[in-house]
Amino acid sequence: MKNNILLEVRNLHISFSTYAGTVQAVRGVDFSLNVGETLAIVGESGCGKTVTVKSIVRLLPQDVAKIHGDNVGITLDGEDLLSLEEVEMSRVRGKRIAMIFQDPMTSLNPTMKIGDQIGEVLLIHKNVSKKEARLQALELLQMVNIPNAEQRIDQYPFEFSGGMLQRVMIATAIACDPEILIADEPTTALDVTIQAQIIELIKNLQRERDMGVILVTHDLGVVASMADRIHVMYAGQIVERGTADEIFYSPKHPYTLALLKSVPKLTEDKQEPLYSLIGTPPDLINPPHGCSFAPRCEFAMKICRIAEPSPTLFGGYHESCCWLHHPKANKSGVPEILLREVV
Amino acid sequence: MTDRETLLEVRNLKKHFKIGRKSIVKAVDDVSFDVFRGETFGLVGESGCGKTTCGKTILGLHKPTGGEVIYDGMDVHALDSDRKKDFTKIAQIVFQDPYSSLDPRMTVGDIIGEGMDIHHLCKDKGEREERVFDLLQTVGLNREHINRFPHEFSGGQRQRIGIARALAVEPEFIVCDEPISALDVSIQAQIVNLLMQLQREKQLTYLFITHNLAMIKYISDRVGVMYLGNLVELAGSKQLYEMPYHPYTQGLLSSVPVPDPRIERRKETAPLRGEIPTSINPPPGCRFASRCDYAREVCYEVMPPLIEIEDEHFVACHLMASP
Repeated sequence: MKNNILLEVRNLHISFSTYAGTVQAVRGVDFSLNVGETLAIVGESGCGKTVTVKSIVRLLPQDVAKIHGDNVGITLDGEDLLSLEEVEMSRVRGKRIAMIFQDPMTSLNPTMKIGDQIGEVLLIHKNVSKKEARLQALELLQMVNIPNAEQRIDQYPFEFSGGMLQRVMIATAIACDPEILIADEPTTALDVTIQAQIIELIKNLQRERDMGVILVTHDLGVVASMADRIHVMYAGQIVERGTADEIFYSPKHPYTLALLKSVPKLTEDKQEPLYSLIGTPPDLINPPHGCSFAPRCEFAMKICRIAEPSPTLFGGYHESCCWLHHPKANKSGVPEILLREVV
Repeated sequence: MTDRETLLEVRNLKKHFKIGRKSIVKAVDDVSFDVFRGETFGLVGESGCGKTTCGKTILGLHKPTGGEVIYDGMDVHALDSDRKKDFTKIAQIVFQDPYSSLDPRMTVGDIIGEGMDIHHLCKDKGEREERVFDLLQTVGLNREHINRFPHEFSGGQRQRIGIARALAVEPEFIVCDEPISALDVSIQAQIVNLLMQLQREKQLTYLFITHNLAMIKYISDRVGVMYLGNLVELAGSKQLYEMPYHPYTQGLLSSVPVPDPRIERRKETAPLRGEIPTSINPPPGCRFASRCDYAREVCYEVMPPLIEIEDEHFVACHLMASP
């Protein structure tokens, strides 16, 4: 059982000041990543998943994004990343924690050759000569299965397809053998057959290098194929966490259940209407009182709109923040799967 | 399924775009299929396979390079201007991007009402307003939204406006061009349910274009799979998903990650190798040959015809023609 904590995020709050008011994008997020595991953060647009992972590598605009919270902390191997000076942080970013982004077309520098972009990381973080950096860049390109790497290394991003650019991004990210790879919607912009190739590539690299991977996505299929543990985010908070099996087969939060039910499955036949959640996520400038999901929740009770639910533990680290699990909650009409005891 | 009526006939449709002096993009190349009244016909494929061009050419938004589109007995591309206007009342489209397909300077009321004005569907202002109210309600929006502008709405709401706009002229046929791919999962379900409900209530026929394989299985009666401008397989959606014959369809279906960890862990098929080649000056023969594990000599030379290998199941592959 691998259980050595690599990265820990504690009580993370992030707010952005905008002209309309302060957006509380992340409101008390905790999680930890173990060596070699894949942790998925799932949620819809605007739930704060990207902001959360960007704060780990300090990529948020410092003038508008404020990280706060009691006893807030982001620790990598015992070292508090929040208290690092920018110079020290730049030694972590790209070297110990690397990140790949959703849109490979806009994340690479269009005026730099592919080889130079990969080599740049090596020149900055490792004590290598330019010649050596180029050689390693070539090896990396081959490692991520770019055909004709010898020619491709001198080409520019516009000469690559989206899938190929994502491979280049991955090559850049793994150049310094990071302990953690953050993949923010790595396949969302890609076609399914290319997506399958990229997922396969990330999985293989992770196995070979024993990297911890934080996967941010809204695609439950991708999550099912990659994640060991899953955190479901809604309106800046983690509403449920658990292993992949716990989340998929025994969800304990109505939002998780709704997400699972609203995607049609290839293995199912056409049935009558797809389950759909009413309404839209709340405005995070004025987050609702109580549970933020209550306005859209079909099982919402009085208490849900007054007080925030605290997490209920279902064994292991399967946890759900929902009042339904309170002993006094009225459980009539609630689907059995949400209440079922986990064995 | 015997008493079905063919509403739309697409016959050997071709749409080529010239780029530069010598290069031709064969976006749609010899595609034929029928759409029956009241059904949802799904057109699925990866980006660049020509599915959107196909949809737009069917509606007359592009002039075809060859072939014809027969809608209810009339040749869509040979209509005079009056008849063409009539056709825009019969056939409508919902676009992919709800952000760029609504005029930012028009109010919701005018966006929805414009089509009614053009076709003189309302006697006076009052009736127009009433009908716009009705449409807003039909798609799940409120009366108060009539004087607002598109930027005041979320993606899902804009897509609802786009649907209301299409419905305003009471069409019988709607091309839905990736209407849900720009939306979040929970919102996708809302829009799909809305489209299905409208289909039932108004007996609409849909041509549903998407790259989302799970969704298209869910909503379509029949599905056509496109690859690089060609239709490679066509079958009832259940048949297609249970028994795909074309190697591309097989690869495509096994690439979709299923939201079920146990199934995913058991999955052992290797993903389809390579990428879609460019559709500029494509080589002769089967377009998929360069990525196909079973490709033989003939595949690189002759384009395989679409043949019916089972009842209502068409495949364009040399493997199926002569095993």
